[in-house]
Amino acid sequence: MNADPNKRFTETPMVRRKLCQEAIAKWIFRIMSASMIVPLLLILGYLIQRAWPSLSVGFILDVPIRGIKDGGIWPAFVGTIYLVFISLAVSAPIGILAAVYLNEYAKENWFNRIINLAVINLAGVPSIVHALFGLGAFVYAAKFGCSIISASLTLAIMTLPVIIASTRESLASVPRTFREACWNVGATRWQTIRAIVLPNSISGILTGVILQVSRAAGETAPVMFTGAIYFKAVQKGDLFPYRLDEQCMALSTHLYNISTQVPGVRESIPFATAVVLLGLVLVVNAAAIILRVWLRNRKKW
Amino acid sequence: MPVGAVNCDSFAPEDLTMPVPAPRKSPGFSFAVRQATRPLWAVLGERLLTVLIYLCGISAIIFVLSIFIFVFKEAAPVLFSGRFNLGQFLFSTEWYPTSEVNVRYGVLAMIAGTFAVTGVAMLIAVPFGLGAAIYLSEFCGPKVKETLKIVIELLAAIPSVVWGFIGLTVMSKLIVQFTGAAVGVNVLNAGIIIALMSVPIIVSIGEDALKAVPDSYREAAIALGVTKWQLTWRVLLPAAKNGLLAAVLLGVGRGVGETMAVLMATGHAVHVPHSVLDSVRTLTANIAAELGEAPADSDHYRVLFLTGVLLFVITFFVNLAADLAIRGIKKQ
Amino acid sequence: MTPDKHIEVRDLRLAFGTKEVIHGVTFDIHRNEIFGVIGPAQSAKTSLLRCLNRTIEQSTDATVSGTIKVDGQDVRKVKDLYNLRRKIGMVAPLPVGLPISIYNNVAFAPRCAGMTKKSELDPIVEQCLRQSALWDEVKDRLDSLGTKLSGGQQQRLTIARALSHQPEVLCLDEFSIAIDPVTTMRIEEVLKELRKEMTIILVTNLTQQARRLADRTMFLWNGEIIELADNDVIFGDQPKDQRTRDYVLGIFG
Repeated sequence: MNADPNKRFTETPMVRRKLCQEAIAKWIFRIMSASMIVPLLLILGYLIQRAWPSLSVGFILDVPIRGIKDGGIWPAFVGTIYLVFISLAVSAPIGILAAVYLNEYAKENWFNRIINLAVINLAGVPSIVHALFGLGAFVYAAKFGCSIISASLTLAIMTLPVIIASTRESLASVPRTFREACWNVGATRWQTIRAIVLPNSISGILTGVILQVSRAAGETAPVMFTGAIYFKAVQKGDLFPYRLDEQCMALSTHLYNISTQVPGVRESIPFATAVVLLGLVLVVNAAAIILRVWLRNRKKW
Repeated sequence: MPVGAVNCDSFAPEDLTMPVPAPRKSPGFSFAVRQATRPLWAVLGERLLTVLIYLCGISAIIFVLSIFIFVFKEAAPVLFSGRFNLGQFLFSTEWYPTSEVNVRYGVLAMIAGTFAVTGVAMLIAVPFGLGAAIYLSEFCGPKVKETLKIVIELLAAIPSVVWGFIGLTVMSKLIVQFTGAAVGVNVLNAGIIIALMSVPIIVSIGEDALKAVPDSYREAAIALGVTKWQLTWRVLLPAAKNGLLAAVLLGVGRGVGETMAVLMATGHAVHVPHSVLDSVRTLTANIAAELGEAPADSDHYRVLFLTGVLLFVITFFVNLAADLAIRGIKKQ
Repeated sequence: MTPDKHIEVRDLRLAFGTKEVIHGVTFDIHRNEIFGVIGPAQSAKTSLLRCLNRTIEQSTDATVSGTIKVDGQDVRKVKDLYNLRRKIGMVAPLPVGLPISIYNNVAFAPRCAGMTKKSELDPIVEQCLRQSALWDEVKDRLDSLGTKLSGGQQQRLTIARALSHQPEVLCLDEFSIAIDPVTTMRIEEVLKELRKEMTIILVTNLTQQARRLADRTMFLWNGEIIELADNDVIFGDQPKDQRTRDYVLGIFG
């Protein structure tokens, strides 16, 4: 040790080397994080720049013309909204109740573990396998044909595991002692859930469901074979152009079609479609994040 | 001595200098609640709801099973038809589904393509994803952390078809420009795209794993005067290795199962790749590309479903392994 | 005269997984007495109470054997579990204010029982809050959240909630941990009053509290009864078991 007390805490070459090492480590990791995000921002900027000539409110409200080579994207936009809402109307209740079962009713045993395993694997099934399932089960076996119903149900099963997981997480954030206090006064499980658990987790549950809006809107493969159509003639700005047993256009499949399947599309149109889809998804996500931050600030305990 | 036990023997309310209001004698206790009963509809309604909750609870099992059964059912006729050879399916690189005379259903080239793309993606995503996870959990301040997490969440939300579009338009041009490859849509392109897609999941699971390392480890190490670099390398990574493994496995699962991005960014050539600049086709992209053209109930159509079964099985085991790794962390 | 047996416990055993924590205890609790249970931590006092209202099997992998009879009825064969729990009031050791208004905290149990009219609920809420010595502090803010009260107030709110379903048996599990001595005294006065209406089981770490309040006291240690006798005996000079004496005098435990 250094004998001079005044020098005890001054920099020695070893300390300096350590500090230097630490600073280098920090910069390496910082650059690694930045290198994922900065190029992405550049790409987004590039997409918007290329899309700029076509990007306007009119682009969303217009219908495609000249064999979808030009014009707007209204039928696809509405179709996506149809698919998203119908699929979530199916998957949200089932997913929430399933999470209630897993978190509130199920005991820790082999059966519960199998359910957990099933949820995890359902989340991991590739989207194209969901498409095959939708085709086999809803289009052919259930005889719904290629339709909004088939596509929505396929999407519903895809979004289900994530809704279960996020709902479960917010249910689990309600402290266990609250439940026990309710059981002690003779409340049934459901009364407990109704009065205490759900009111204090509903915000988290909603956030999870909203996040699935963006996921369902972006999915392509499952919709492509179960209900999406290449082109459908629709009135400009018509809010209810589809019946549920019809096929519809969707933003995601539309983007795929105009960027790979159709030659001679006006150059900025695919870019504009991508930007609209991306914007839709990011706006929904941002809304969910803002909701979450806002709710975190008004916790009740 | 705990509160409430002071001076028990001599302590009585009357001794207090501060006034203690005596509890008001209630005029006889009311016992109305003991007689109260819930209306029948409430009791029955709750019972019905409980049944519904149970049904929804097991729905995940039903759906996973029915996905397997329905996909397998469509594939089964060709599998047991005698015209079809499973060995050839798995180990042949010849894929001529529409040939008039020499029909061949070999998916080895596609399996190779899938793993080439996933491998390249993981080579990029794992170091960067784990690096970002380490940065998030150990190095950055809370403000930066919050912002980065939100950005990563938004990154995860970008639809795969948009990723594919980026690969097709932006990335392919960059690749042609920088590597001089003949075509820009190839293994490297899809690998970069899948890497960007799986980074969010690797970061978030990896960060969870690092967060699960007890703070006492950090404090003990810092008390010994190690640098953060040494702390990360010698203490945190070993302690969090299960979680990090799970993160990587989930990334692999994502890579194997991804469809639209690879469909648009791989270039669609059925052959075993020799370099990262070769175009390939993956299992998923193959189904997506040909399902629309294959007539229902034809052999071609059924073989595509069989490919789906194969994918289902692969991702099942990858996810199972990831789950076991995560369970490993929780047990510690 | 034989005392009126309100609760009979016969050879009760409880195990979590393979680890047995209660090793066959047998005792009776008489009607309208204050029954003290003392013993060091880990002596399964709380688990014993949770066996009584069967919340133990709701959340854990506990296996219970033996019988517990309340009013001659075996609790483990009871069909209407929730009615059983309403018969048995339970005050947990840690204060829990539910994240609903103070009024609803107290009105929760009657509502769950099926009582919905405000005109019926109001007097019950007031009665229970007065009994738990909380009324004067909260009567002007019954709408504020139960979780926003202080620890001691939440503890009294917990007691009010346990009284709100007007139980026949009231189990108090270390109710005074979070309360100051003066308030504890006030609640103890209420308990003396309440024993005319209900049987009270008082689980406590504070031997002196059992001495002040209980009629009979049971000394539980490591899931076994060391001694169960009238208070004069347990806290007197000659308890049967040396360990009781040592524990009560503070020589160990």
